[in-house]
Amino acid sequence: MSWSQLFFYVFAVLAVIMSLMVVTRRKAIHSAIFLILAFICFAATYIVMNAELLAAIQVLVYAGGVVGLIIFVIMLVKAEEDEVRQTHGQWIIAAFIALILVVEVAFVFLGNLVQRTGNLAGKMAQAGGNTEAVGLVLYTKYLFPFEVASVLLLAAMIGAIVLAKYKLER
Amino acid sequence: MNVTVPMPNLSLVVPEILMVILACGLLLVDLFIPKDRKRVVGYIALAGVVVVGVVTAAFWGKMAQPATTFSGTFVLDRFALFFKEVFLFTTGITILISLKYLEIEKVSLGEYYALMLFCTLGMMIMVSGADLIVIYLGIETMALSVYVLAGFMKFDHKCTEAALKYFLLGVFISGILLYGITLIYAATGSTQLAQVAAVIKEKGLAKNPLLVLAMFMLAAGLGLEIAMAPFHFWAPDVYEGAPTPITAFISVAPKAAAFAALVRIFYHGIQLLEPQWQILLWIICAVTMTIGNVTALMQQNVKRMLAYSSVAHAGYILLGVLAANQVGVQGIAFYFFAYAFMNMGAFGLVIYLRRENIVGDDIDDFKGLAQTHPLLAVIMVVFLLSLAGIPPTAGFVGKFLLFAAAIKAGFYWLVALAALNSVVALFYYFRIAKAMYMQSPEPLPQLSPGRGLVLALVVVGVFTLFFGIYPQPLMSLAKDTAHTFMMFLS
Repeated sequence: MSWSQLFFYVFAVLAVIMSLMVVTRRKAIHSAIFLILAFICFAATYIVMNAELLAAIQVLVYAGGVVGLIIFVIMLVKAEEDEVRQTHGQWIIAAFIALILVVEVAFVFLGNLVQRTGNLAGKMAQAGGNTEAVGLVLYTKYLFPFEVASVLLLAAMIGAIVLAKYKLER
Repeated sequence: MNVTVPMPNLSLVVPEILMVILACGLLLVDLFIPKDRKRVVGYIALAGVVVVGVVTAAFWGKMAQPATTFSGTFVLDRFALFFKEVFLFTTGITILISLKYLEIEKVSLGEYYALMLFCTLGMMIMVSGADLIVIYLGIETMALSVYVLAGFMKFDHKCTEAALKYFLLGVFISGILLYGITLIYAATGSTQLAQVAAVIKEKGLAKNPLLVLAMFMLAAGLGLEIAMAPFHFWAPDVYEGAPTPITAFISVAPKAAAFAALVRIFYHGIQLLEPQWQILLWIICAVTMTIGNVTALMQQNVKRMLAYSSVAHAGYILLGVLAANQVGVQGIAFYFFAYAFMNMGAFGLVIYLRRENIVGDDIDDFKGLAQTHPLLAVIMVVFLLSLAGIPPTAGFVGKFLLFAAAIKAGFYWLVALAALNSVVALFYYFRIAKAMYMQSPEPLPQLSPGRGLVLALVVVGVFTLFFGIYPQPLMSLAKDTAHTFMMFLS
């Protein structure tokens, strides 16, 4: 086993443990903190797989932004002191969906359904690395979606301000 | 490393660029307009929409062949142009019917119009998307604006509830849509429709289970905005709770956009899966028509009734999608203009009846309208006839085309079911007519519609009749649309 494989398995196992902690903790704030750790473990596995940009995004957007929002919500609804017990009312449905997902993943990888895009590592090395490769397609081939995304975010921002800020009275 | 960034052909996206400038400009102008004169913002928006409409129409002659730009992610063809005109027309009429309504409801925010323009922009991008990512981003731009517009009257609990329901369902379904897109990418290695189609053909992936699953997810993702069964449950609540002009808008424009995207993806992307999606759409079409019409029978609220009727209309339009022939696309295109006329008209009437303390959306509010406002009653009958698909109205011509396409494709049972459904529909549309003509009026306060609303009603009323009696001009435009669109397939 090479070093990178070793690292991959260490972080993969850690990610699974952290994810289990997220769903088993009684306090919402503890779950949120384990979620950050789980995201960081995911990011570490991405680095092992040469996807350093994805790892950075994982840390910035998910561990930073999304969990930040979650913690805000916990603070605002004052759930930090409450101990919540999972009521497991929906565990059958959840188990069923998880099973479907496992079958699907197995199906996809064993059944050879996925279109493999050839020598990805070679292409990335040619572009000068993962980040450069993403940047290259983002500002050439996917320029239009990139611009549309900016308009989308502007519209969302205006919508959020309209709904949250103005007071309308009858 | 030397990178050359190719300059995309910007001339094809001029309407979209104008729309962005207009929407952002409107936000700036809004800052300088005092609260009691916000209708000025509406006028500017309307003028802008007309300009964009003219600019878009100017492309028609040049677009006998489809043209792509931005490395093939954006396509402009007559199909896209036709639908962009549908959206711009609907937006224009919605602005007209909003002017007075917003004043009655005391919702004096200029952002209302800007969001409407962003929504229209999203739909314009959707119909021009040749790449699933672009289509998805278009849908999101449209949907996010619509959620906010649906919940604009924050003081109204029904309105807030409607918007929240719409939002939660919308984001859930949008996740499913995105999942479908990733599955297509996994199976074919591309998100660009032309390439997806090429890979499917080349490698014989027509029966690939991943693609079949993706097809289900795409149909579900677009099915929400289309309001087709089983994704129609939000429609009655949202239609009832949202501000009426927005209800009118939602019932026409996003539905048209989602249909256009569905047709483009199914015809140009996964057309080799036709045997599979025909079975799927056959079932959905039958269920949607029947549920829509039968449930509409039981409604007392006109907005809810029109919501279920719009579900039923989605079913009729699915006939055209299912047919997968030139007449079918022609029918879909024609029907959406006709549908825009008649549905905007019917909702316009509901706004007309809006006055202090009375919403005007109960069937009883229509009682005796023929005696108090004979002209208004006549116009409403025209819209109802058109919705029911009775000549000489535009609705009849549209329905005729759709049925003809389905018969040509051999869907006899489905057309028989659709015809049966149309008879059921007659019954509930004419409950409104009965209330107007057969019942005596209750004492009404003076109705005070704005000039914008009157103008909008006259425009859609005249169009409904004109294209019912003389459909040729619109029909030939729809035919050109269908012709260039289906060229791909042969």
